[in-house]
Amino acid sequence: MELALNQPAPLLKRLSWFDWLFAAIVATGALFALSRYGDYMDIYEKAILLAVIPSLAVFGWFWKPFRPLFLVVGAISLFAFSQYQGNLARMEEAFFLKYLISSQAGIMWMCALFGLATLAYWAGLLARSGFMLKSGSTLTWSAVAMGFIGLMVRWYESYLIGADVGHIPVSNLYEVFVLFCLITAMMYLYYEARYQARQMGAFVLLVISAAVGFILWYTFDRGAHEIQPLVPALKSWWMKLHVPANFIGYGAFSIAAMLGVAYLLASRGILASRLPKAEVIDDVMYKTIAVGFAFFTIATILGAMWAAEAWGGYWSWDPKETWALIVWLNYAAWLHIRLVKGLRGPMLAWWAVVGLFVTTFAFIGVNMFLSGLHSYGEL
Amino acid sequence: MNTAPPSFGKSVFELLSSMRFAISLLSILAVASIVGTVLKQAEPYANYIIQFGPFWFQVFEKLGLYDVYHAAWFLVILTFLVASTSVCIWRNAPNFAREMKSFREHVSEQSLNAFKHKHEAPIAQSPETLAASAQHYLEGQGYKVKHLAREDGVLLAAKAGSWNRLGYFLAHSAIVLICIGGLMDGNLVFKAQQLLGFKKIETRDIPQSQVPAISRLSPSNPSFRGSVQIPEGSSADVAFLNVADGYLVQDLPFTVALKQFRIEHYSTGQPKSFESDLEIFDRAGNKIREATIAVNHPLIHDGIAIYQASFADGGTRLTLRGWNLFAPTAATFPIEGTVHQEATLTSTAGDYTLEFIDFRPFNIENMGGEIEASGDTMSVLGGSPVSDNRHLRNVGPSFQYKLRDARGQAREFSNYMLPLELDGRWYLMSGVRESPNESFRYLRMPLDAEGNIDSFMRLRGALLNPELRPEIAARFARQALPQEAWNTEIEDKLKFSATQVLALFAEGGFQSLGRFIEEKVPEPERDKAAGTYLRILELASFEALQIANRQAGLPAPASDDVTGWLVRDTLNSMSDLFVYGAPIYLQLMQYDEVKASGLQLTRSPGKNVVYFGSLLLTLGVFFMLYVRERRVWLRIRPGHALLAMSSAKHTIDFEKEFAQHAQALDTLSRQASSPAH
Repeated sequence: MELALNQPAPLLKRLSWFDWLFAAIVATGALFALSRYGDYMDIYEKAILLAVIPSLAVFGWFWKPFRPLFLVVGAISLFAFSQYQGNLARMEEAFFLKYLISSQAGIMWMCALFGLATLAYWAGLLARSGFMLKSGSTLTWSAVAMGFIGLMVRWYESYLIGADVGHIPVSNLYEVFVLFCLITAMMYLYYEARYQARQMGAFVLLVISAAVGFILWYTFDRGAHEIQPLVPALKSWWMKLHVPANFIGYGAFSIAAMLGVAYLLASRGILASRLPKAEVIDDVMYKTIAVGFAFFTIATILGAMWAAEAWGGYWSWDPKETWALIVWLNYAAWLHIRLVKGLRGPMLAWWAVVGLFVTTFAFIGVNMFLSGLHSYGEL
Repeated sequence: MNTAPPSFGKSVFELLSSMRFAISLLSILAVASIVGTVLKQAEPYANYIIQFGPFWFQVFEKLGLYDVYHAAWFLVILTFLVASTSVCIWRNAPNFAREMKSFREHVSEQSLNAFKHKHEAPIAQSPETLAASAQHYLEGQGYKVKHLAREDGVLLAAKAGSWNRLGYFLAHSAIVLICIGGLMDGNLVFKAQQLLGFKKIETRDIPQSQVPAISRLSPSNPSFRGSVQIPEGSSADVAFLNVADGYLVQDLPFTVALKQFRIEHYSTGQPKSFESDLEIFDRAGNKIREATIAVNHPLIHDGIAIYQASFADGGTRLTLRGWNLFAPTAATFPIEGTVHQEATLTSTAGDYTLEFIDFRPFNIENMGGEIEASGDTMSVLGGSPVSDNRHLRNVGPSFQYKLRDARGQAREFSNYMLPLELDGRWYLMSGVRESPNESFRYLRMPLDAEGNIDSFMRLRGALLNPELRPEIAARFARQALPQEAWNTEIEDKLKFSATQVLALFAEGGFQSLGRFIEEKVPEPERDKAAGTYLRILELASFEALQIANRQAGLPAPASDDVTGWLVRDTLNSMSDLFVYGAPIYLQLMQYDEVKASGLQLTRSPGKNVVYFGSLLLTLGVFFMLYVRERRVWLRIRPGHALLAMSSAKHTIDFEKEFAQHAQALDTLSRQASSPAH
């Protein structure tokens, strides 16, 4: 009888052996890295590495599918490192590296898998095929795994190029676009499972596909995938916090906008019978904007603290900063209307869609059209 | 509702605290912020005049568009935001605080019945028994429960997520705090002083020590953000604050001296780090501390943070060798220069001012070469992420100067110290441009077998010297003609032609030869004539080089390809001299580099206020978005239980939770007499 009451047990009692194993692996990995490379880190970097242990463990406990993803990505990345044998040229010789898991191969596989996932989701949506939708999910998971492997290996490759060149791959527009795809996809997968509504994937994967298109253009037309050493301004541990936090925000806002499109289409009767109920779409839209807003707030604050250390002022009204503020104000207004006025419906959906344009401008438009201190991500 | 018209104060209060006003303010602030990102801020005013013309320049200046974020109207918007937020807090605080504490135990059964989310269940056990198990259940779900006895049973009033309201306070006070912190670090004090006439912006370009007190800020100024450039081996006790179209001098409470400035490079040539070794002295001249700062690693001294912001040349001393390009000799003159300083050149063509602008010890150039397209797997993947830097090369030092003539017209030059290999031959390069928007056009001067431009200069001098022409022509004619044609009319003709070609070339290079041919030669024969003239010029030039070498006491040039190319390159280069735009060329022989470090000095007392506000904001946002406030009431009478639930936001989560509680009530109410615990 007690079971039926769904009484929450204390957190620690709810954890399975696998949870503990996962946490142990995370801790072992981080402590190993600390003992082996600690001499090359400053105190902040060590603190970040140690903070990663509880963060990842708790994140894995909170979102169970993250555990196998983490282990698979970790294992394959380590395998890739071993394949290099400390020699960059192996990238074009070793079979696995050449075709699968060198950084560039991994990222290109990610692009391909996201493309296929988009097709699968749309086929599933239009044909009302549960199987196709499930394939879409599987493909998206695979794309996320390949993308993370690609980034991990890229991180490693950067150190092979030169000990002083090595850096976390979140330093230029190419790398953060990959990160954007991964974070957006992971957040979407979380909500998809939570709401059992795979049809949303057809819309969310569109924005990821657009980012994939950009990555391809950027690679083939501009050669932007080349690993470049960090400019002095970016050589800071703040980058490891500021950039990912920002992209949780961007990713979340993108999902919200795509759900806004789905909501608007459904409210006009287009695909309405195929999509999840309007309340579900609306709820996920709210949830993503909430999480996006929270992380965007943190990211902007972290950015300000970094700016105080790098540029001599926490706020310089630099175009990127100002546009971050504009994005923040935009979603602050959205949340006020939603939470205080309790407003729902097409107006907020439209607003979420427009929000994506504002966000996109803050993300790439500023780099393209406006000059300022943030000139690392120039097109 | 009161029918009497509300008082003015009341109306203002209502307006300020209204949601519509708040949202409008957020939107207005967003739109106003865009202005400053579209229009580049704090540029020199001259740039704006060029961009907008005098009329719109003034209009935009009045609107404060060149420094939007410190314009009065922008501050007014911010003030309204602070006022609105404060009034909102003021208005909601007491109510919210009450709500956080209250269990709303006075709710009547009648109103519970009217709830949208209610669930009824018949109960078998006594009200007290159910109340106990329900209380246990609700507490397990994270609720605070108040047990209230009613005349015919029990009322359980429960609440969860009160921190949501706390989040509201935190987030909104944070906005006020952040704005206050920002204002503390802003320039309001100066603005007020400027308005009252106590302070004035300096717009003249005068030495710092001569800036009058009215444009100086005292060391006790609570907040500022200025910059200063210090050459190696020098020091500074002020910082400069750029304001509108002028500046202010901020006196510092200490003196900063720069011992050394260092740039480290990656193997590819990109800069890796900028570092300055600083010494801090107090005003009496006693050394207080030494420190090395770098980008991302500032020094904080006496509440003033010192940042590595930029670098520049700090007055490198240059040892130069000058040539008078249009003099009929190869004579040189020595000249010394210092970057950021001027020198005067006196010549027959008039006086020139040399303004040394910059010196660069490194120049990383892409020396061309297409990346070969390969058909392997990597090209399908977009190529290797390992960049190919084979074409990047450091081509050595260069220095930049402007040459200004008596009328004030100036051209900018950039001369390399080391030669560059182009098409398999070596040249010394000198770039020239008329305005900073253009890219440099290069004059390439050929090197001789010894690796100098001396042969080029000698030949140039000889070709410009009219006195040598008869001899050149004579030697040329003798070389060109078989011995039987010597001392004939043919030889005289050839001599005449050679003299004419040399004279034309000395007057304006290939262009004047071309003009001459166009004027004198009928069109069908022009190509042939041009070929002939070119041949005469080249051969005559070779003779000229012979003579020049002889006069300089040097051995005769070898008659080989190397000399042939030297002559041809010299002719091309000489022809370019006529559009080079300067009568002199300056070759860099030696340099003694002095670097300067650009420091930014900041005192921002509001920083910690802003950071504290940011912390509150983060906590507040998380509480508001992730703590859901819910209330549950369970009214239990003998035989009957009524569950009601409310929340400010009726989300899907709320519906799920209500369903769960309703099911729990059903389960509990069916349970036998005592709970399982």
